[in-house]
Amino acid sequence: MKEYFKNAWSALFTIFIGMKVTFKHLFVPAVTIQYPDVKLQLPERERNRLYVNMDDCIGCDQCARACPVDCISIETVKGLPGEDLGKTSNGKRKALWVTKFDIDFAKCCYCQLCVFPCPTECIYMTDVYEFSEFERSNLIYDFVTLTPQEREEKKENYAKLEAEKAAAKAAAVNKPIEKQETPKP
Amino acid sequence: MIYDFFFKITGSNIIASIIQSLLPLFIFILPFALFAVWLERKVSAHMQDRLGPMRVGKHGWLQTIADILKLVQKEDIVPNEADKPLFNIAPVLVFVGSYAVFAAIPFSGAFIGSNIDLGIIFIIAASGFVVAGILMAGWASNNKYSLLGAMRSAAQIISYEIPTVLVVLTIIMITGTTNLFTLSEMQTGHFWNWMIFGGPNFGVAKFIFIPFMIMNFIIIYISTLAEVNRTPFDIPEAESELVSGYHTEYSGMKFAMFFLAEYANMFAVSAIVTALFFGGYQSPVGYLGNLFGAHWLIPIEQFFWFTAKGIFFVFVQMWLRWTLPRLRVDQLMTVCWKYLIPIAFVNLIIIGLITVL
Repeated sequence: MKEYFKNAWSALFTIFIGMKVTFKHLFVPAVTIQYPDVKLQLPERERNRLYVNMDDCIGCDQCARACPVDCISIETVKGLPGEDLGKTSNGKRKALWVTKFDIDFAKCCYCQLCVFPCPTECIYMTDVYEFSEFERSNLIYDFVTLTPQEREEKKENYAKLEAEKAAAKAAAVNKPIEKQETPKP
Repeated sequence: MIYDFFFKITGSNIIASIIQSLLPLFIFILPFALFAVWLERKVSAHMQDRLGPMRVGKHGWLQTIADILKLVQKEDIVPNEADKPLFNIAPVLVFVGSYAVFAAIPFSGAFIGSNIDLGIIFIIAASGFVVAGILMAGWASNNKYSLLGAMRSAAQIISYEIPTVLVVLTIIMITGTTNLFTLSEMQTGHFWNWMIFGGPNFGVAKFIFIPFMIMNFIIIYISTLAEVNRTPFDIPEAESELVSGYHTEYSGMKFAMFFLAEYANMFAVSAIVTALFFGGYQSPVGYLGNLFGAHWLIPIEQFFWFTAKGIFFVFVQMWLRWTLPRLRVDQLMTVCWKYLIPIAFVNLIIIGLITVL
């Protein structure tokens, strides 16, 4: 009989204790961060979307080789002799036109291994992490600043130069033998 | 009274009674359900140090309206194997059960749906009606979870009606009336005239009543909480065991009907507790209308006090929901049959003896 009342009392009493706890929490400020409106401060060395500063890129391909998932693809052509391609910010002369610099962020694993080999520090991590897309192909980012026509032009220029060189070589080597098929332009 | 007012305007007693019967639905139950769903989410969120809905309107106050709009657009799915007529009737029946309760609840001195002498008895009978709807929903769904939930719900509601009725009996013994309107009028004046403080009769008996009244209040609050199937007594719809109990198979507006019925029931039981123990629509401190001599203000004030008390008890129900874990089925029955009913019986006998002496 004594235990019966003790049970009833302790049930009631502990309910009030629990209610006190929840009532206190009613006035505790919420820990929720209203994400799209309020964003957390990112850590200093966060790794998010890559960015390539093409003014500084010399087309050395070191980042593409460092990439463990092969998400960077680079194509370059040599500039014409005497053509001024400009200088990088740390004083290196550029020698190659970069005609393709694609990073596929669908593949990228954000390991930051491409950032360290870069001799001109032109590829680096930004603080952008909201770049979801509906199409996977939209995640392939093209960083080259040249227009498509310019890229074709550079490629043609180089091909012409090569052709001229080859023609000159062939002319020099095969002077006696006239009937040699000329390399295609 | 509101009825006389509408009778004067329309000149037809049929139209007047139709308007009067629709009033609580449109000016009270629907807005209250919208508000209560929002309040429930906010209370639960803040008790867990979250924010809850924040995006639709200021602090998410339009969230429920957005939810209702979504539910209206939803496809009304009826399972192939379901018993279609019963399946379609059940949500309406559950809502009718909880709506019928509002007929006898005195909202203010000027408005009571139906001023019947058997008010409280009628409420108990009508709320028992909900069991039929719930069983119907569970059986017609042809789903084991629904059926289990409905069975549990029926067992629970029927068991917990006993302590409720026992407590109501003690009140009837003291006041000698089952009319909720008269009961509320008796508790007029100040808060010490409320039944929880021993009722309006001043004397030695009043002070002897107080501890028993507090016990009675706790018993009726627990048992009505169980009757509306809310946590910690929500085993009929225990999410972790039974998906969501008897309304598992319902979607769209039929689901909304169940939801509306649940929130209407929450207010109904709070209103009963208020009317029985906390003076009904009576103000605890007196009326502004009397102070300024503006007597038309009094019914509005009474309505305010009634809703305020009702919403406070609804808040306590939510508060308990986010404090306590769910009971097991055997624990549920233990609480009812071993604790609430014997204590309520002893209370009944003691209060009966005091009233007789």
